[in-house]
Amino acid sequence: MLKQLTHVQVWVHDQDEALAFYTEKLGMELREDVTVAEMGNFRWLSVGIPGQDVAITLMAIPGPPVFEEETRDQIQKLLAKGASGGLFFSTPDAQKSYEELRSRGVEFTQEPTEQPYGIDAGFRDVSGNHFRMAQLPS
Amino acid sequence: MTPVPPERHLLRAKDLADARFREPLDVPALARAAYLSPAHFSREFRRAFGETPHQYLLTRRLERAAALLRNTDRSVADICFTVGLRSVGSFTTSFRRVYGMSPMAYRAAHPPVERARVPTCVLQAYARRQSSSFREDTNAA
Repeated sequence: MLKQLTHVQVWVHDQDEALAFYTEKLGMELREDVTVAEMGNFRWLSVGIPGQDVAITLMAIPGPPVFEEETRDQIQKLLAKGASGGLFFSTPDAQKSYEELRSRGVEFTQEPTEQPYGIDAGFRDVSGNHFRMAQLPS
Repeated sequence: MTPVPPERHLLRAKDLADARFREPLDVPALARAAYLSPAHFSREFRRAFGETPHQYLLTRRLERAAALLRNTDRSVADICFTVGLRSVGSFTTSFRRVYGMSPMAYRAAHPPVERARVPTCVLQAYARRQSSSFREDTNAA
């Protein structure tokens, strides 16, 4: 049986840029940063929210031999167009988090907005991934 | 550093349309967000997202208007201005073209319902109408 979800993967445009964004702007902590020389310098890079065990793997889009160039280019475009999936976060105070993240330069797609299920806002990571954060009733 | 794909700048302009459509936003303002001239921007935006930035912006405004018609009792004129449009006449015309009926008829046909806890971004995206051309295709082709 499966026991636990440990990592979710997001494609990133550039791993160094992404690491800086997730740690400095989103306030996450570095979890793993391992480069494997015998695997073409594959870099396993993950971050997480302090206090939560699930990690986010910041995955560079690989070229050959993993993906042929056409596939890699397509994924790069989808990512840049904001079409490669998203993550959903919760926050204790949507307005406060919005102001804090915005002051650090995070680009919001939607300001905190009252919804039947809570207060919800949308933003992007530096690569174009779409994230939501919601203040849900406790 | 990996060079930034041009689509990333187009996405920034698209996000601006989503976030700021209530304001008097126009295509030149969106083009500036993508660091492109308006004509080049419109072509590239259409290539990346399948519709012109003008269509995209207008569709977002009409979707928001449709939600306000369904969920509030605010007047059509008030809703028109709230979503960043300035002419009630052209709002009604555009609305009818996309939704197939006038704003008032749409409101009568869609009484407010208790909604599931589905994130708004999902509701908005899936309630989206198949893009109407707003009669731009003939010029753009």
